[in-house]
Amino acid sequence: MTPGLFVMMVLAGGLGACVRYVVDGAIKARAKGAAFPWSTAIINLTGSLVLGFLTGLVVGRLASTDVSTVGTGFLGGYTTFSTASYELVQLVRDQRHGLAAAYGIGVLAGAVLLALLGYVVGSDL
Amino acid sequence: MRPAYLRGASIGLVLLGGAVGVAAREGLVLAIPNRDGIPIVVQVVNVLGAFVLGYLYEALTHTRFGSESVSRIKLLVGTGFCGGLTTYSSLATDTAVLLDDSRVGVALAYALSTVVVGGAATVLGIVLGGRRHAPAGGSR
Repeated sequence: MTPGLFVMMVLAGGLGACVRYVVDGAIKARAKGAAFPWSTAIINLTGSLVLGFLTGLVVGRLASTDVSTVGTGFLGGYTTFSTASYELVQLVRDQRHGLAAAYGIGVLAGAVLLALLGYVVGSDL
Repeated sequence: MRPAYLRGASIGLVLLGGAVGVAAREGLVLAIPNRDGIPIVVQVVNVLGAFVLGYLYEALTHTRFGSESVSRIKLLVGTGFCGGLTTYSSLATDTAVLLDDSRVGVALAYALSTVVVGGAATVLGIVLGGRRHAPAGGSR
């Protein structure tokens, strides 16, 4: 990878983190008091769908690897595993086992299925 | 006043931390290639970020820093760095590609072990962050 492309990817990642921060704040402002961590769930589900699609486009040769590299940087900054893990632990600590299962396993399954959908659609275009 | 998430200074901290986190992850991913299509480095980095975030948030509840400094550190290191270092979209997409490859067992083991080990790492971070930074002799 060229240094220029690496810098582009890193900047895209920083931008992705900013978009996550703003989207997270906007969703939390509307879903006040909800026990389920909707904002991180929505961010990770949408980011997984888009990255799956982008990865599919590369397989189908509709996008260059440079485009997917910058896209992966952006989506890697946009989505987060650390916050998802922290929120899962909080749900377990609060004895909300049903919500914890829905969040830990449900969002994981949903994100994988959305990524698979994006991947299949993207590679078949 | 605008909410914090719409303020330039807050967004700048997230941008800086996020860019450094993404650079660290991508640097490691480039340095250590996938083994047999299994993205080990992404998993290690996700678990590491989960540990650091648990440690950070717990340690910050015990510091004497003012609330303004605490929220700045959270934005720079937590939302920015840990958020950029870790990635959920790659976890999901790499799992999806393994599934598309009919490697169902590997896909399930990869995804589930990341969540389980990541959760354990967060708990460990919280425990260590509380132990190191709790007032000496005090048991909470």
